[in-house]
Amino acid sequence: MARISIEVDGVGYSDDVEPRTLLVHYLREQVGKTGTVVGCDTSNCGACTVHLDGASVKSCTVLAVQADGHEVTTIEGLATGGELHPMQQAFHENHALQCGYCTPGMIMQSIDLLHDNPDPTEQEVRDGLEGNLCRCTGYQNIVKAVLAAAAATPTHSDAAAGTGRSGGTA
Amino acid sequence: MTVTEDRPTTEVGSSRLRKEDQRLITGRTRWTDNITLPGMLHLAMVRSPVAHAKITSIDVDAAKASPGVVAVFTGADINDEQGSLPCAWPITEDQLAPPHPSIAVETVNFAGEIVACIVARTAVAAKDAVELVDVEYDDLPVVLDMAAAAEGGDLTHPDLGTNVSATWVFDSAEAETGGNVEQAISEAEVLIERTFRQQRLIPAFMEPRSVVCDPTGEQTTVWSATQIPHILRLMLALTCEISESKLRVIAPDVGGGFGGKLQVTPEEVVTLVVSRRLARPCKYTETRSESLLAGHHGRDQIQKLTLAAKQDGTVTGLKVELLADMGAYLGLVTSGIPILGAFMYNSIYKFPSYRFVCKNVFTNKNWTDAYRGAGRPEATFAIERLMDELAAEIGVDPIDIREKNWIKHEEFPFSTVAGLEYDSGNYEAATAKAKELFGYDALRAEQRQRRDAGDQVQLGIGISTFTEMCGLAPSRVLGALSYAAGGWEHASIRMLPSGKVEVITGSSGHGQGHETAWSQIAADRLGMPFDDIEILHGDTQVSPRGLDTYGSRSLTVGGMAVVAAADKVIEKAKPIAAHLLEADADDLEFSAGRFNVKGTDSSVGLTDVSLAVFAAHNLPDGIEPSIDAEATFDPANFSFPHGTHLCAVEVDTETGETKIRDYTCVDDIGKVVNPLIVEGQVHGGLVQGIAQALFEEAVYDDAGTLVTGSFVDYLVPSAADIPHFTTGRTESPSTTNALGVKGVGEAGTIASTPAVVNAVVDAVRHLGIDDIEMPCSPHRVWTALQTASSGADTPRDKTMVDDNADPSHNAQVSDGSGAEGFTGQGGLG
Repeated sequence: MARISIEVDGVGYSDDVEPRTLLVHYLREQVGKTGTVVGCDTSNCGACTVHLDGASVKSCTVLAVQADGHEVTTIEGLATGGELHPMQQAFHENHALQCGYCTPGMIMQSIDLLHDNPDPTEQEVRDGLEGNLCRCTGYQNIVKAVLAAAAATPTHSDAAAGTGRSGGTA
Repeated sequence: MTVTEDRPTTEVGSSRLRKEDQRLITGRTRWTDNITLPGMLHLAMVRSPVAHAKITSIDVDAAKASPGVVAVFTGADINDEQGSLPCAWPITEDQLAPPHPSIAVETVNFAGEIVACIVARTAVAAKDAVELVDVEYDDLPVVLDMAAAAEGGDLTHPDLGTNVSATWVFDSAEAETGGNVEQAISEAEVLIERTFRQQRLIPAFMEPRSVVCDPTGEQTTVWSATQIPHILRLMLALTCEISESKLRVIAPDVGGGFGGKLQVTPEEVVTLVVSRRLARPCKYTETRSESLLAGHHGRDQIQKLTLAAKQDGTVTGLKVELLADMGAYLGLVTSGIPILGAFMYNSIYKFPSYRFVCKNVFTNKNWTDAYRGAGRPEATFAIERLMDELAAEIGVDPIDIREKNWIKHEEFPFSTVAGLEYDSGNYEAATAKAKELFGYDALRAEQRQRRDAGDQVQLGIGISTFTEMCGLAPSRVLGALSYAAGGWEHASIRMLPSGKVEVITGSSGHGQGHETAWSQIAADRLGMPFDDIEILHGDTQVSPRGLDTYGSRSLTVGGMAVVAAADKVIEKAKPIAAHLLEADADDLEFSAGRFNVKGTDSSVGLTDVSLAVFAAHNLPDGIEPSIDAEATFDPANFSFPHGTHLCAVEVDTETGETKIRDYTCVDDIGKVVNPLIVEGQVHGGLVQGIAQALFEEAVYDDAGTLVTGSFVDYLVPSAADIPHFTTGRTESPSTTNALGVKGVGEAGTIASTPAVVNAVVDAVRHLGIDDIEMPCSPHRVWTALQTASSGADTPRDKTMVDDNADPSHNAQVSDGSGAEGFTGQGGLG
């Protein structure tokens, strides 16, 4: 067993884990963050995507011990003070989810995508979500939601960047 | 975050944002694998690595001694309790089926079959111990090729004496729904003969299957990631000989199904049996590899087709000779899947004669069963590919050849050669709208230009004018097809004293948006606010009657049950309202949630009546103090959505790479309850159909090992693989239900596969290619191009794929006759 200290969704945890424990299993089974889910065992599907120190990772490819001393944000830590994160709101308003199983990972990856590229083209959104699989939506409304979230968030470089897009959240 | 807004005057038809989203976007979800119970044990399965063998010994001692392991069970250990997994659809009286144990007892019949079950205190400990079980196998001949299996040779199940499970025939001459197809073939001016392979697919829902059983207490509670909690309860009771009343099945949040969770699984039975044996709650959650290996597969058919026509393009007959690979066993509806296609080969067309013969064949592979569309995508692919081939053969536009043969809108209702009555549709309108949205004529012009210029990248245009039968189903029809159950659906409505409403539905949504759509229907019917309506489902104790969700049935059957229950509520409330208003019930009219005395301003709200019956202080003499109601709706007919799908594909003739440039579809699903949800269903359906055309295939090697056993090899497309879709609708209301609605859940999947393959073939037809086998991978397309340019003579009847020889890269190529094809200048006079 190894002792780790991790901040998850703003709360500090110190736990003993087996060295082989994956971060996703630690989050689900020891911290109780069952909003983050497992969809495959080959790091293809991205359902388990969380943020590690603000950047997206597939939590099935990170050992819990590797997250020692770091901050993890899960889908459950996004909404603050009863307010949905703009990306959560955009997914809702654009019908970007059906069964919802891929949704936590998809939202976490989408936030990271806009962090890296605040004003993406449709193709850049599609390429940026390549590591997250969805079987229900056909992706069209997910892409629409990400573009809408980008349009709703003024960027430093071009505050008017989103004016030409449809499906905004205003 | 929630803004109160004016309620639309009618809910039905409005793009309401979904109620169910809030928990799903915030991670407040109840997936089965999230459930933990005090004292809960964890299961892991030991699975056969070989496809066909006798089990000679199983040594579980080391596994039992492994830390944390509580017990290990083999098939022999639970054979008295596990029963045989059910097949609810014996398609013929003499259908053959082997016993189907959840844990194999004497032989294993496909790679992935369970041979032992580890029970441990943690999931990790259970998985660790799997490696410690030592099973010895005595290999048996492996049967993999369904065509060879149908002819005899090695047997999947020697005790049955044959690999053929059943042969099912429909003949329009015998059924008196049309003429004799052999006569049509013998008199044909044009004969199109093709053999198509429907490759094996995997449903690949995103949530792996999971089951939790809690045997503590008087009832055993089963949570399962299932589409069918009601059917599962009945079948678990019958299979394990447990009183049905002692079982409660709950489908909590379920992460997609697509037919893949329409099953009674070995894992469910084992978890139930083991938890009862140990008197402890038990959980089993599969890995993705196990899901791909052992969750049932779909499709896997070989279609030999003969289309007879006149020189002017009028089709005179269609003969279908089908081989369907059952895999090693019959699952819940395995044998009936090809039969669901039998009624759809004639599609939207007025064929005068039709014959369908299907042989269901056993092989040593995972069993097949329902996957989105279930029989109808296969049929639609076959006929839509054939119509393109007929058009090419006689040199006319593929849309014109369809129009020549399709049912005109004024000819509805129309009795088809397959014996169905289509209630409504307008193929002309949908096609005209699709052509306009797509820019059909301009794309044809560009295609001509690129062909003339000999461009490396060629443009192909594919068409699919589909219909399908869905909304399963009129119970009498299911009975006539020997299906074991009916096709009704149930709903009940509880009018709460606070003015809120609970609608309990027997259909069991898992992503479709039932909670939103049902609220819209009930809101309109009862005149109540959308937000005051709560939808309860997926728990046999809450919703005691139901037949669950599959076959695009929820709205057309389950939604209609909600309508019927709401109407009963109003009827029950009426005499009480009259009493409260001191009026005659005949003088009341119900509108916008209130009973009004006609011609006066005197009225009482339905919620006032709810409170009045709760108090029961002041009711008419002898009246029951309740306005709650329930209804069971059995549809009078299937529903027949249709649409025209157009696809433009660019094919690189040097590399074989295909790229969808445009995809436009116009679907007619009758009246629409929620356009937002409908569009989402179409998008998702399209991608699953496109995936069959271009990406996905479950491949077994020579030994019967699944080589596409992870998402590395089984190519579920990502956002980067998929184009933007242009969607539109026309509206021909169903005439067989009060909502005027038709199913939409499977439409996109059924329609899109032939549209894409027709486009790929169309792009290279002028180079001497008239078919490419699915999935149309770059390698297959490239091989077809190479073979065509080398002038190799590969008669198409002999190019049927041996999927053991080269599982993912076969191309089926014609001899190059009729290579010119259509380039836009023809037409039918």
